Parts: sequence; C-alpha cells; structure tokens
Amino acid sequence: MRTVFKTSYDADINYFRHGAQATWYMLLLAIALILPFLMGTFWIGEMTNMLIWAIAGMGLMILVGQTGQASLGHAAFLAIGCYANVLLQLKLGLPFLLSFPLAGVIAGLAGALIAMPMTKLHGIYLAIGTLAISILTDDLIVIAEPLTNGVVGLFAPTIDILGLQFDRYATPDRFYWMVLFVAVAVVLVYRNILRSPLGRAFAAVRDSEVSAQAMGVNVARTKALSFGISTAITGLAGALMGHFAGIFNNETFNIIISIQLLLMIVIGGLGSIHGAFFGAIVVALLPQAIAISRDLISGFVGGGTVAIPGLESAIFGAMLIGFILFEPMGIYGRWLKIRTYFELFPFYRKDMFRRQKSYLKTERMR
Amino acid sequence: MSLLEIDNVTLRFGGVVAVNQVSFSVEEGEVFALVGPNGAGKSTVFNLISRIYEPVEGDIRFDGDSLLRHPPHDIAKLGIARTFQNIELFEQATVLQNLLVGRHRHRKSNFISELLFTPSVREGERRHRAAVEKVIDFLDLQAYRDKYIAGLPYGVRKVVEMGRALAIEPRLLLLDEPASGLSVEETQDVAFWIEDIKKQMGVTVLMVEHDMHLVSAVSDRVLALADGKVLSLGTAQEVQNDPKVIEAYIGGSDEPEREVA
Repeated sequence: MRTVFKTSYDADINYFRHGAQATWYMLLLAIALILPFLMGTFWIGEMTNMLIWAIAGMGLMILVGQTGQASLGHAAFLAIGCYANVLLQLKLGLPFLLSFPLAGVIAGLAGALIAMPMTKLHGIYLAIGTLAISILTDDLIVIAEPLTNGVVGLFAPTIDILGLQFDRYATPDRFYWMVLFVAVAVVLVYRNILRSPLGRAFAAVRDSEVSAQAMGVNVARTKALSFGISTAITGLAGALMGHFAGIFNNETFNIIISIQLLLMIVIGGLGSIHGAFFGAIVVALLPQAIAISRDLISGFVGGGTVAIPGLESAIFGAMLIGFILFEPMGIYGRWLKIRTYFELFPFYRKDMFRRQKSYLKTERMR
Repeated sequence: MSLLEIDNVTLRFGGVVAVNQVSFSVEEGEVFALVGPNGAGKSTVFNLISRIYEPVEGDIRFDGDSLLRHPPHDIAKLGIARTFQNIELFEQATVLQNLLVGRHRHRKSNFISELLFTPSVREGERRHRAAVEKVIDFLDLQAYRDKYIAGLPYGVRKVVEMGRALAIEPRLLLLDEPASGLSVEETQDVAFWIEDIKKQMGVTVLMVEHDMHLVSAVSDRVLALADGKVLSLGTAQEVQNDPKVIEAYIGGSDEPEREVA
C-alpha cells in the first residue's frame, strides 16, 4: 500500500494523488491515442461508440451520482443536443466548431429550465417526471416536422474543422481522436467540479438537503445547475452520436436509451468517473460480445446462428439484477475491492467495505 | 441590542401549538441553554431560527435584522450555524469534504470559473482548507480527515458535525443536543469545547441539551420550556430549583399519589 506524504494543500487539490498515478493515466491516454494504429476500422468505430456513451454517462453521472437526482429522461437531452447541432449547421450554416458547443449550451439551458419545476419532486416522482420529458421529446420531434423532418429523420453532415474532414466512415481515426478529445475535456471538467465548492454543494444536496441548506447552499439553484451541467454534457454526447449514426430520427433517442443510460451508470458504479467508463464499455461492447460468443458456441455445437430477439436486453437486465444484489457499488466498486485486496495482501478483510448503518436518519424536516 | 431576539413567536401544526408566544433574547458572547421535557418545542425553536418552519406570529431578529425576510439558505451567510439532533452529515463524503461544505458561505468563485478551475478557485480552495485545518486541530479530528462519514462511529460524527458548523465561522452557533448519545468522557470534551468556542472564538452559543450536568457546567443562562411555553429563565441553578420546572419534569405535587400495587 502506498503512503503519500503530503507537504501542501495542493496535494489534495491536484488531479493526481501521486506521480505513479499520473504515470498510469498518462499511459492509458497514450494507449487510447495510438489505438487507431492497432485496430481495424470496425473496432475503432466500436471504441468511438464506447467513448460517446461514456461522455453521455458522465453527463448523467453528475446528476445521479453526484447530486443524487434520478433522471429517466436523458435521452431527451441527447436528442436536443443532436438536433440542435445538426440544425445549426444545416439551417444557419454554422461550422461544427460553433454548432457543437452551442448544442451543449442549448441542451444545458433546456435542462436547467426543466429542472426548475422538476426538482421540487423527489425520488420516484422525479424519475417519473423526467420519464415524461423523454416521451414528450419523442413526440415533439415528430410534431416539429418542418424543422426536424419528423420520422424520416435527418442526415448529419460531414464535420469540417478548418478544412479537415471528420467522418465516421471516411476518416474513422480522425473521428475517434475528436471524440477522445471531447471525452478527455469532459473528464477534466468533471474533475474540476469534484474538487471545487460546486461539487461539494452537489454532494451536500445528495446526502442531506436540510443540512445543505443550513450550510448556506441554495438547494433549488444547485439542483438546477446540476441539471444544466449534466444535460449540457449529455447534449454534447448527443451531437457526437448524431454524427456517429449519420442518420437519426425520433426513434434514435427513445425511452429505451434513457433507461439504458441510467442502468449503464448503475452497473459501472454510481458516483465516479470510472463508473461512467466501465458502464460504457459494457453497453457499447455487449452486442459485440454476444455476437462473438454466439459464433464461438455455434462453432462448437454447430448450427444455431439464428438471432435471438431481445437477447441483449435480457443479458443487460440480468447483469443489472446481479449487480444490485451482489455489488451495488458497480464494476468500479468491485475494482476498488480487488485493488485493495492486492494492495493490502494478505491483510484484506471481507468486511472492509461494509458500510455501517446510518444512525437515526430523519426525513421529517424535508 | 441582543444578538438574537425571539419576539413573541408562535407556531402551530394544525391544532397542535408547538411554540406558544415564546420570547427570549440571547446576548452576544454568552452560552444560552434551552431545556425542557420531550415535545417542549426546543428543537422547533431551532428549526424556526433555521427558517425550516415559518412562524404564525412573532418575529425573529438576528443583530436587529428580521430573519423572516431571508430564505433558509441565507441564514448561514448571516453567520448562524447549527447542528442537528439526529446528525445530518453528508455520509458519502469524507470528514474533510464535510467541513469544507461549511465554508460554502465564504465561497467567492462562480460556477463557470469552478468548471475551469481557474487559479483564483485554487487560491480559494487553499484558503478554505487552511480554515478547515484550524477546526480539525481544534476538535482533534486529524485521524479522521480522509475517512468517509458512513464508516465513522457515532461519537466522532457528533464532533464532525460541530466542526462543520464551526467551519462556517459563525457569530451564533446552535447546538441541538451536542451530548446526546455520548459517553461521559466525550461529554466532558464537549463541555471544554463549548467553553473554548465561547472564550477563544468569541462565538455565542445557543444549545438544546438534556444533560443537566453539561448545562450547568457551561451555560450562562438557561431557559426552560414546556408544552411550547416559557416556564423559567435564569441561571442553571435557579431554573433547576424553580417549582414550575420540577412540576413539568416529574409531575405536580397536587396530583393524588398512586398506590403501588
């Protein structure tokens, strides 16, 4: 186990706790950067998809994991980001460099606006309220046909940044690097939130609204801010998703995506950036894993290359049940346990991560 | 002018009168204790000051300024900090983070500069940390600095909650049963801390407490409440010997004695 000798407060403020940690993350980033040279076009596409899901996951994580507000409506903000980005390009002729951040801003403002009445609700009621937003957005896209082209959908134009083309099929490496850049930027912003008063205000609202208020945190404003930042990041992911899919319509961002996004961060591990990435790996690579294992099985047993409808959802659902029963902290929680096991070997105890029960937690003043 | 003036305050929950025309004032620099049997309205008075409840009648003034004109999240900014009877810490956060939330009142940065973590935000973080370290030294919390609240024993949580209130750098500190559930030694620590908070930090303390040893050890004045009404006000000794207080606690002498079967 590593003991870090801290000599200044900056040791707790900096991104990395110690040099070795920084080295590991830099190595990970280096590997991510050279990935296009190691993989074929298909797998680069899969990795791009994974990163886009991770960005969307981080967006939702800020709301659910950091601020403790459930949302089953984040597909709506994926849609807002996606449509805003493409429409700004098609209708106003803005370049991607402008339309992309603007899409984030629009999704963020929409989220903050919706949050103002919505965050008066708690728990299951908030989940139902946000679910309604997801359903409404689906319908609104169809109704606003002159703008959104309804169920027929829209084509995302090829991204052009200062003469460089970014296209999923023509230049998959470049598209991947662009998504990677956005993902790293979002990670940095996320870390900044966590280490600043804003992140602590989020955590305060999550754990006890009544005492957050007593500490001078404006609960309603903090929730609206959390919604806004969360939906802005989700909107950026939506914009990237649109360019990745090429063509999209109201069905692209249906309720299933909302639910999948929420399940993803629960499986990954609530309340951590790692959780968003682990969850994204599961969501993005599960279809491929199923396809590969089906090929393997049929290779041994013979026959049976028939697609089983709903298999992906079934496996996903079974995983969720498994995690909630056996590892509520998600993949990241399990990873922490395994790491601690090796760090402390042979002194790891089974109950090390068991939470003490909370004492007399009261709800009466809410 | 008194630091805190509770002026003829009444609060009703439906037909129940929780606080009935209560008036008292807390002077700057004193330790003022509220005592009384369960349901007397002590915590309700705290919740009125914290603006969790809205009084039906009366006014609450802090430093001459009516608190009723302020929203609940402004109370800390005015310089009133509090703890809760049943501990309301941020459980999924470390002790350090909990104390830093107490510094929210002193936050100068806006959210955009925090998203980018500009140098001024870093400078602010260093200042908050230095202030919080003083509280950690004062309450001897060094060993728990990076521990999560969820894994801490009850006694330590009580102290952390007091520390979080102190991190606000308040003028008035409201302590809701600071010694409930603590051992004798821990209660003695609390008594010393309250003395130091008053003398070294110059913070006025208003506390609710059942432990009369603690109350008589630290408080300058004591107010006894029963059924939402003021019973008695004076030093701990005076209040304890007041016939009305004795009656409220153990029943009146005019009550016919029951035969013990």
